Amino acid sequence: MRRLMLLGLVMAAACSRDRASSASGAGFTGNSERHYKLGRVATADEIATRNIDVGPDGEGLPAGSGSVAQGADLFQKKCSMCHGPKGQGMPPAFPQLIGRDPKAEGFKFASDFKLAKTIGNYWPHATTIYDYVRRAMPLLQPGSLSNDEVYSLTAFLLASNEVIPMSATLDSASLMQVKMPYANRFVPDNRRGGNEVR
Amino acid sequence: MTDPMDRSTPQPLHETADATLSRRDLLAGAAGAIGVAFAAGLPLVAGGQGAKAAATAAPAAPIVPIDPTKVPGSPTTPVGARSIFVKPSRTPFGETTGNSLSPLQDLTGTITPSDLHFERHHAGVPLIDPSKHTLLIHGLVATPLLLTVDDVRRFPHVTRTFFIECSGNGRAAYREPKPDMTPQKVGGLFSNTEWTGVPLKTLLEEAGAKPSASWFLAEGGDACVLTRSIPIEKALDDALVVWAQNGEPLRPEQGFPLRLLLPGWEGNTSVKWLRRLELGTRAWMTRWETSKYTDPLPDGTARQFSFDMDAKSIITAPAFPQKLTAGTWPISGLAWSGRGKITKVEVSANNGGSWQDAELTSTTGVKAPVRFTHQWEWTGKDSVLLSRATDETGYVQPTRKELLKARGIGTDFHFNPIVGWKVAADGTVSFHGET
Ligand code: HEC
Repeated sequence: MRRLMLLGLVMAAACSRDRASSASGAGFTGNSERHYKLGRVATADEIATRNIDVGPDGEGLPAGSGSVAQGADLFQKKCSMCHGPKGQGMPPAFPQLIGRDPKAEGFKFASDFKLAKTIGNYWPHATTIYDYVRRAMPLLQPGSLSNDEVYSLTAFLLASNEVIPMSATLDSASLMQVKMPYANRFVPDNRRGGNEVR
Repeated sequence: MTDPMDRSTPQPLHETADATLSRRDLLAGAAGAIGVAFAAGLPLVAGGQGAKAAATAAPAAPIVPIDPTKVPGSPTTPVGARSIFVKPSRTPFGETTGNSLSPLQDLTGTITPSDLHFERHHAGVPLIDPSKHTLLIHGLVATPLLLTVDDVRRFPHVTRTFFIECSGNGRAAYREPKPDMTPQKVGGLFSNTEWTGVPLKTLLEEAGAKPSASWFLAEGGDACVLTRSIPIEKALDDALVVWAQNGEPLRPEQGFPLRLLLPGWEGNTSVKWLRRLELGTRAWMTRWETSKYTDPLPDGTARQFSFDMDAKSIITAPAFPQKLTAGTWPISGLAWSGRGKITKVEVSANNGGSWQDAELTSTTGVKAPVRFTHQWEWTGKDSVLLSRATDETGYVQPTRKELLKARGIGTDFHFNPIVGWKVAADGTVSFHGET
């Protein structure tokens, strides 16, 4: 009962706005006593098969490696039919992946919506490429690539966007070191409601 | 885009769904329909061969009687359907990745019928057997849990009405406003329904969420295994894991069998086909919070994790492609805020020269829209109708000029400018986006 009342209070309470300083999940206690005893304990295997996410710090990157050259070959075979042989895309349905158009350099996107955002001129984290390609691409056969293949495609996409050298080979240690050109441009939400337009 | 209901001229109720049928066809058809209705109503026939025959003999296009009081109506049905005269429609676009806008101009009140709720998905709508679907909760928890859909339904649940708006809603109307845009085109990535589910906090407590958890990852079971990172505060606030919408299980396009529902936040964070929640200490920087759903700004930065949907309103009638005649017209529309309640909606009939408070004709929900109306006497002069919403934080919906200054023309998400409709002296109505 007390629990239900608390829930009600939480539902009614205004959301804490200060996300930047969100130090902890205040309110959760880590109590191992299961109140409703619904569901069952998940096994390590069940967690491992679903837990494929890769963090910006490299956490979750699997073993394996792949070179730019291997990635270039794979890209032509498995990706170019939608993203174009040069990764130039076929807008609007198939996004451009590769390109460092000088007009877009310097993060000029707010001034011109026709400037294409690519991995090289926009993406803040190299690990996102690995995570996304592994979970979602190729569009019609998602989840079909081996970990090595994803490393090589990630290497190819980074190299052709002038982020790493064409001679590179990537593994977990080297991928987590890659710094993206415009990583420092991403800022937290500063809108707070109230009488201001941001 | 074709408008599903041409409302440019007041339409008398047709006598038939097929306007080419002659009156003689109609009479003949009506007689046939009576025969079928009676046959189907006979218990003897209903269970046997006759029922089948009657069913197959039923005319494809329903026949509209000249006088409905002179013929029995059709029998009861297992699942209802709209009147044949009412044909609202979404606008499906794209095959595997795609969107489909809600027909705002055809809806009244505040609730969106489930089958007209807008759609947006990144890898198609998955076909999920609910008996095989599970929700995994792991990471910074005392007990990693695997819950079946039936398990989730056994937790104490709540029913709440919340809107969902895609943060890409209104992009075309903001960047390149055109006179022939409909309310659906301008704002159709917005819908509002009643959701039933369990507070996320309950589920996380059951798993023994640790105090050190500051973010969680929500993952969908679709073909792109969509993921978003969410600050843990939202779980302590009003986040739900829902399984029903408007009184029935979720529709597949809306996340059947389980969906995360984050009230007031950009729609993409309400992850559909929810299959996993992982608790951690930082954002995962998924593709949907880096490459997409980030907002370039004029100072050369991009706003990230811009969750709240700013207050917004739109007049849904009069609107393109209606044609007005002089006289009285209700100006009617919707207003909402991702930060709570709408406190005021103003309308202007002279392009912002003067504003009047509109009447709020529905209850004002929290993170749910309110319907507003203002009765307007149109004297036949050129007019521009605008609406402007204020929410409980004191935020006032800005003009497009103000937004352009703050965010630039190329900003990619979050478009909530004041918009409206130009009524020309000849009664034609066109979209007015350059406020
Ligand atoms: C059948 C067409 C198709 C194929 C083949 C395909 N993709 Fe894609 N790809 C898409 C579409 C469509 C999207 C956009 C998805 C969305 O909007 O969510 C996309 C998105 C992406 C993105 C994210 C782009 C962005 O700007 O956020 C990357 C990276 C990507 N694909 C890489 C690949 C790689 C690598 C391959 C080959 C292994 C591949 N794709 C094969 C259709 C395809």
